[in-house]
Amino acid sequence: MNRSPYITNAPAVSSIMLKVLLALVPGIFAYAWIYGGGILVTISLATTTALAAEAALLKIRQRPIRPYLSDLSAVVTAWILALALPPLAPWWLVVVGTFFAIVIAKQLYGGLGYNPFNPAMVGYAVLLISFPLIMTKWPAPLILAQTKLSFMDQLHFIFSNTLPAGIKIDAVTSATPLDYLKTQLMLKHEITAIMQAPIFGIFGAKGGEFVTAAYLLGGLYLIQQRIISWHLPTAFLGALAAISLAFYAVNPAHFADPLFHLMSGASMLCAFFIITDPVSGPTTPRGKLYFAAGAAVLTYLIRTYGGYPDGVAFAVLLMNMCVPLIDAHTQPRVFGHPKD
Amino acid sequence: MMNSIIQFASKLVRGQTGETADIYKFHGGVHPDGHKQESTTRPITKLSIPEKLVLPLRQHVGHIPKVKVQVGDRVLKGQMLAEAEGTVSAAIHAPTSGTITAISEQVIPHPSGLPDMCVTLTPDGKDEWIPLQTTDWRNTDKNTLIASLRSSGIVGMGGATFPTQIKVRADGKSHIHTLVINAAECEPYITCDDMLIRERADEIVKGMEIVKFLLGAEHCIVGIEDNKPEATIAMTAACKALTNTTVKVVPTLYPSGDARRLIHLVLGIEIPHDRRSTDVGVQVFNIATVLAIYRYFTFGEPATSRIVTMTGSVNSPQNFEVLFGTPLQTLIDAAGGAKSGTTHFIMGGPMMGFDLPTINVPVTKAANCIIAATPDLFAPPPPAMPCIRCARCADACPVNLQPQELYWFSKSDNFEKAYDYKLFDCIECGCCSYVCPSNIPLVQYYRYAKSEIIAADKAKEAADLARERNEFRLARIEREKLERAQKHAERAASGKAEATKAGEAKTAPAKTETDKPAAAATTDDAKKAAIAAAIERAKALKAAAAQADDTPEKTETETTSTAHTSSETAPAEADQDAQAKAEQAKKDKQALIAAAIERAKAQKLAAAQAGISPKNVEDASPAVQAEINEIDAIREKALQTGKAKASDSED
Repeated sequence: MNRSPYITNAPAVSSIMLKVLLALVPGIFAYAWIYGGGILVTISLATTTALAAEAALLKIRQRPIRPYLSDLSAVVTAWILALALPPLAPWWLVVVGTFFAIVIAKQLYGGLGYNPFNPAMVGYAVLLISFPLIMTKWPAPLILAQTKLSFMDQLHFIFSNTLPAGIKIDAVTSATPLDYLKTQLMLKHEITAIMQAPIFGIFGAKGGEFVTAAYLLGGLYLIQQRIISWHLPTAFLGALAAISLAFYAVNPAHFADPLFHLMSGASMLCAFFIITDPVSGPTTPRGKLYFAAGAAVLTYLIRTYGGYPDGVAFAVLLMNMCVPLIDAHTQPRVFGHPKD
Repeated sequence: MMNSIIQFASKLVRGQTGETADIYKFHGGVHPDGHKQESTTRPITKLSIPEKLVLPLRQHVGHIPKVKVQVGDRVLKGQMLAEAEGTVSAAIHAPTSGTITAISEQVIPHPSGLPDMCVTLTPDGKDEWIPLQTTDWRNTDKNTLIASLRSSGIVGMGGATFPTQIKVRADGKSHIHTLVINAAECEPYITCDDMLIRERADEIVKGMEIVKFLLGAEHCIVGIEDNKPEATIAMTAACKALTNTTVKVVPTLYPSGDARRLIHLVLGIEIPHDRRSTDVGVQVFNIATVLAIYRYFTFGEPATSRIVTMTGSVNSPQNFEVLFGTPLQTLIDAAGGAKSGTTHFIMGGPMMGFDLPTINVPVTKAANCIIAATPDLFAPPPPAMPCIRCARCADACPVNLQPQELYWFSKSDNFEKAYDYKLFDCIECGCCSYVCPSNIPLVQYYRYAKSEIIAADKAKEAADLARERNEFRLARIEREKLERAQKHAERAASGKAEATKAGEAKTAPAKTETDKPAAAATTDDAKKAAIAAAIERAKALKAAAAQADDTPEKTETETTSTAHTSSETAPAEADQDAQAKAEQAKKDKQALIAAAIERAKAQKLAAAQAGISPKNVEDASPAVQAEINEIDAIREKALQTGKAKASDSED
């Protein structure tokens, strides 16, 4: 029988996923430092829900549970979704979002390897459409908050939606810079004036920019480990910078500068951890460039003209739909075949 | 433009900007552990004559040779036991003197595990040569030399076993300017070429001279991977005496020993997918083949032995010079015996080799390496997981295919798509499986899809042939009918009775009925074409009839066609016209047949792509014919295992 090759040198799917989780750790640390330990609760909640939902669905679908649960792909989805949610999201929000991501977006399409859409982004989009108010209510970074919530206070808030006596919700939350920018621009304020608000940092959101930088660090680690190819992040960040620069150049009073776009919202998380999901993304090198650039342009357009402050989730989902088309039209030239 | 930017950026990221001078890298490739040092510590040892030699007749690609001896014959060493038959074939010689004790079917070292015709020789221990005839090749006509190679039994020793005389004969189409000597030996574990160069570089170089002369090549390039420094030194020193000969050291990267990859590496020429290397003036020879050619012309020795690497889980891994037909057990014993825990034996390297069906097989011309396998060395792959589209396989593919897409299409039996995505350019090198995080047996899927497509093409070819035959028959019937009608009209004109003729004409449709099953076998296309042709004919006849409407004499016959259309034949006056139309219809048919032949040719070409083996033989289009036969025999089995694999990977 011919069953060659007899040797392999491939990391297991689980070890690839583990490295992605590892790469998220600096971002999580920065997140906890800036917004408090509540995020750790959110991540644990999402992870538990994801694993439970995955196991239940595998059981229903009569698939082996152990190998699929230990591939860690559900955990990656859970962590990315948790990091995309507001830090003080109530427990049920996390559970509902994760449930949608794992059950609807992943398992019902056939499980690992078969989901056409990024599961975490499906979960996020469902929550954003269903609960826009909660989803856009972000706690102020601890350095800015009038009242600082302790870890226990955050824990209590996540599960019971109550704050310590004497503290009002407005005292601990604030608009995100992208949200604030959008509403202020609608009020015909100028960018330079808007940017004077305390929530803006040097590059993006005050405090938030550290988290973003930590994602960048983790992303570079993934490229170095050859878990992700350079094509996707480079094209995403490049295209986002290019389109925001074009708008900024035309009217700097109305459009934020490229650096702000790169360092705000979910840009970095998207560039290195969201669009790099191999299953729902394209496989050809050229296709990856088109896919990422398309996601960046859509993100910018939704941020600037859309109804939601950040456009990453919808941009990624829309580009997911184009993947078969992109792949089909970006096939590389096969050895010995003419250029066409 | 876009691609060059991507490539440059990729290289930058991987730190591969520094290209070795004169080496043209190919896409992808992998770096498996060499495991070559184990078998290179001892020199090549000549194995003693075993008690019995079993010589499969089919040790090469092509037609099975014709046996020239009978049971009970005493033969001398080097005596021809079977002579090459057909164009692509190779002779078999007695590896030593002795008696023919059997000509029977025995298990041969082939993935199928099926038995095949073998000649069994019991040696007498005298090792007595037949009178050897040396050739002064420099002063002999090239064609004579090439013709004599046919009786040499020499085939491609790199593992592809393509008869050598086919590779040196001029096809008259293209001039060979460069001879590439394949000494890359990129597969792990295999060291027979390495050791051969280290020990016999001088003889190899002399063989290179002969091959260069036979091909009329001006240049010669030896490609060696940089993990063989001793061989490189030996070869470079030996090549100094030769003009226009260079040794090029290529980076160690599997599969650089694949002929197309090696040509690209050393010459920068990318052979078009539908061409052979000879079409661009390049021919590739393995060093062991070259050495065998040298020994044949200089000493008159036909192919009776080869160097085999016996490695893996044996006590003293080593290279041996082994007579063809030597039982595998003798070889294992010579290497100190297999260690405990050895489960089976692999022939070839771990990337492209196969499990030997049993230990009771002989060493053949293709056996470059035998690996004693244990679960420690070659762990059974963990259960396959779903493809996560990580595209590592695409990064590793030396042909720049998209293995993840091919897998998807092969798995879902979407063979048309698989073909469109250049499945037949796949060289089955195994790089994709080697890097797959989901442990998917990708190559097996491709082999399955290829065998299915080849089988479908064969069926279609048979159907095309049936259709051609049917069309020819229809044309003949038409012609006969017209002839009859003409005669009939002539007679009518001369006032003869027509009753007897009408009776004759009636026999034609009856005959059609008997041939119906053949017509039923044709494809829809054929039916459509036939129907269209019939309608055309009917129209032509009607038009002719309309023109001659007022003529009094009308005869009734039937027009035969697969669609069973009947129409009125033209009267005598319109005969000329109708004949012209019929001529036209005949021409159309000829065009149809020509088109069908073109299609069949295209299919054959496609099938030829399947046979390209990444060892040293360049293109194996005739070889594929033989391969197809084999594939046919094992297709059932492959199909079952493929299906089994497919269902395995489901869960």
